[in-house]
Amino acid sequence: MNPNKKRLRRSMMFLNAQKPGLIKDPYIYKPDSIMLDLEDAVATNQKDAARFSLYHALQEIDYRGVERVVRINGLDSEYWKEDVRVCVAGGCDAIRIPKTESPLDVKAVEEEVIKAEKEFNRPEGSTLIMAAIESARGVMRALDICESSERLFGIALSGGDYTKDLQTHITGTGIELMGARQNMIIAARAAGIQCFDTVYTNLDDMEGFRRDVEGIHLMGFDGKSIINPRQIDIVHEIFTPTQKDIIFAEKVVKEIDEKKALGIGVFTVDGKMIDIAFYDGAKRTINLAKASGVYKGDL
Amino acid sequence: MEILKPAVAGTLESSDAQVTVEPGDGKVEFNLDSSVINQFGNQIKKVVMETLDRLDINNVKITVVDKGALDCTLKARVEAAVYRSVDQYDNLPWGGIIR
Repeated sequence: MNPNKKRLRRSMMFLNAQKPGLIKDPYIYKPDSIMLDLEDAVATNQKDAARFSLYHALQEIDYRGVERVVRINGLDSEYWKEDVRVCVAGGCDAIRIPKTESPLDVKAVEEEVIKAEKEFNRPEGSTLIMAAIESARGVMRALDICESSERLFGIALSGGDYTKDLQTHITGTGIELMGARQNMIIAARAAGIQCFDTVYTNLDDMEGFRRDVEGIHLMGFDGKSIINPRQIDIVHEIFTPTQKDIIFAEKVVKEIDEKKALGIGVFTVDGKMIDIAFYDGAKRTINLAKASGVYKGDL
Repeated sequence: MEILKPAVAGTLESSDAQVTVEPGDGKVEFNLDSSVINQFGNQIKKVVMETLDRLDINNVKITVVDKGALDCTLKARVEAAVYRSVDQYDNLPWGGIIR
């Protein structure tokens, strides 16, 4: 398995691959991933030019550990196969498939990625895939999509197109996204992959953004797509375990390890009943704290 | 490669460059407009010439309006203009003469 499949992805920042001013140094804002866009952000008559920009950016700019994901054009377009070639030739970390509606979409992209990895002498399996779900059909087939490829590290909700398909619109309350979010996170967890939320486009409503991120964090999402560096700190703050969470998780892990040796199954930590069912969650908190660079303990 | 028709790529936005290629008069004719021509003119010319050389182009009139583009952007805009001039948009030689 590609070791990056489960890396930390709290924030994925969209950037137009055709805009040199945007793609030259986004690492200074420290998002976990950048999403270099060849699709909606790029005008039809600039699709070709965007690929050249993308190729040289991938080859020559040191993004300092920030994951480089590229959103290719839709499988219903004439552009996506060449998009895959340039992504793989440039050495991107992952490809995002837009408008995914079935496992066959993922398979089709995977097939082109395999061809491109051979053509450009990239290690087999080095290019990961994620699938954006943007329709009612995609949401209903989320589990099949999640289980369609070993390369697939996650799925992402694209709220704008999804709400259009549902014949509603983005309200800022999240009501219109409730079913899709719930279905997608359950499907992703069932398949053991990651799940990412849609963008929040009102940059003047940072309180609304915070509420939105807090909500999807509680639902179990791994991260959120973002459109502006101003949104990064809030996402990271909410998705990074607090010191209180970390200390409690440490106690839980240590106590369970100790008590297990003594044959004790249920006990209390800080007044809360704890048993083995808490172990994985506590380990996950420690691992997330480590990946986020805030863990100073010895576990 | 032979420049078949005039073509433009890039914009006049900050950090970008607008590159125009036209069929030449049997040689490479290079024109540069840049606010940093005194500091970076030679470097810009070097990158453009090397890119044309890789693409095996020796008959072109090329005009660069630079707005503070990095080398990688200059290369990308020259290549985009050249491939537009020959109408090639697929099966591009990534990692070959495009590098």
